[in-house]
Amino acid sequence: MSKTAIDVPTQGGFSFDLCRRNDMLSKKGVSLPSFLKTGTTIVGLIFQDGVILGADTRATEGPIVADKNCEKIHYMAPNIYCCGAGTAADTEAVTDMVSSQLQLHRYHTGRESRVVTALTLLKKHLFSYQGHVQAALVLGGVDVTGPHLHTIYPHGSTDTLPFATMGSGSLAAMAMFESKYKEGLTRDEGIKLVVEAICSGIFNDLGSGSNVDVCVITKGHKEYLRNHLLPNPRTYVSSKGYSFTKKTEVLSTKIIPLKERVEVIEGGDAMEE
Amino acid sequence: MDLNIMGDLNAPHSMGTTIIGVTYNGGVVLGADSRTSTGMYVANRASDKITELTDNVYVCRSGSAADSQIISDYVRYFLHQHTIQLGQPATVKVAANLVRLLAYNNKNMLQTGLIVGGWDKYEGGKIYGVPLGGTIIEQPFAIGGSGSSYLYGFFDQAWKEGMTKEEAEQLVVKAVSLAIARDGASGGVVRTVTINSEGVSRKFYPGDTLPLWHEELEAHNSLLDLLNAPGPEPMNI
Repeated sequence: MSKTAIDVPTQGGFSFDLCRRNDMLSKKGVSLPSFLKTGTTIVGLIFQDGVILGADTRATEGPIVADKNCEKIHYMAPNIYCCGAGTAADTEAVTDMVSSQLQLHRYHTGRESRVVTALTLLKKHLFSYQGHVQAALVLGGVDVTGPHLHTIYPHGSTDTLPFATMGSGSLAAMAMFESKYKEGLTRDEGIKLVVEAICSGIFNDLGSGSNVDVCVITKGHKEYLRNHLLPNPRTYVSSKGYSFTKKTEVLSTKIIPLKERVEVIEGGDAMEE
Repeated sequence: MDLNIMGDLNAPHSMGTTIIGVTYNGGVVLGADSRTSTGMYVANRASDKITELTDNVYVCRSGSAADSQIISDYVRYFLHQHTIQLGQPATVKVAANLVRLLAYNNKNMLQTGLIVGGWDKYEGGKIYGVPLGGTIIEQPFAIGGSGSSYLYGFFDQAWKEGMTKEEAEQLVVKAVSLAIARDGASGGVVRTVTINSEGVSRKFYPGDTLPLWHEELEAHNSLLDLLNAPGPEPMNI
């Protein structure tokens, strides 16, 4: 037997062949279908006694706002939450997957999950897909070792920071943090700063919009403030609602009976085997 | 997004970096700046590029942040096992060789250059460079990252055999601050790690305490002054 000319990978793992093919096709001018993206502002900061996460609620598909009130702060564990930016399907899938791994790990160990465990599982997955899983995350939580905040990039690199922003509105949000963040903020000051950062994303970044979600995690306690602030109410809708005074008039009715197109002939020989 | 800057934000996280390792007459000094960038955006201005592998061996990371983190995570894991099996601290040579092994075997996947430095009782302070292709070079001093191109001449002139700890630390801080001044991809603060027979000591030099070079201006807290000045209230909802 002669050896095959092509090297066949002997081990498992993700095959990047189709990614290369897609790169080649898009270079030749074939446009790939667009995905639902969360052109996003997500933030997190460490305050006096825990972590606060924040997110806007706009999901976009190219130039279209696909969802005006989506959830971008995902559950990881009772004491850990994670904000996601990038392709909506990927952030949802990766956080769901890791949160289930964490649950199993808790059943196995009988201990509370740690933030570093979630961090390692997330980065391991993202690194193995070499940036093709487009999830940019802000991971925050409080565990036995204290409050933690991390950012995770699609390629699998991670940072540990006292305050972090991600997504297309990250520059606007970071401007607020860089000018106003200080160590040892109180809970109310922290929430106020997170809301300000998200609002600056909502108002100055086209990819972000709608409402502000906030999640406050402290030792042994968390508070998910869904739609904490609604800075974009639907002003164009009448407060009384709409009603149509007249029913739609029926001008004429004409019923055309179905014509028989096939003639059915009775009789003939029965079919035999 | 059509904006150019968005393409930059989605670019892989890389460390346009200045990293340095220097031996002196009793140990090693490792140094690095603290800037991590995605394209033109500074993703982290206070990052720590000098990572612990064991108690006595550290590594300076440059290039792709994801790649260098995965390598150092694996090497740290292997060295933990190795230390337990051996019953004594791993040598710098073993640590550097593990880094090389991963960097060389996966050279097609990786975009990272590393400098391994540490102290062990057999060979004392040692510096090993593991550049892009995955070769290993034992050197009296090593420089790496985008800022290193500004430093070759400086080190040829300034590095001397048998320096004291203080001289070596000052050399590293001076070199990193020179590179920060000329290399746009390096910046922030200077971090150093000194390793010798007595253990490890970390030092941190904020950007406004670094020496000023040609045509550099003194740091001013202009942004904070501006915020304290009376003016229009920030917008609230």
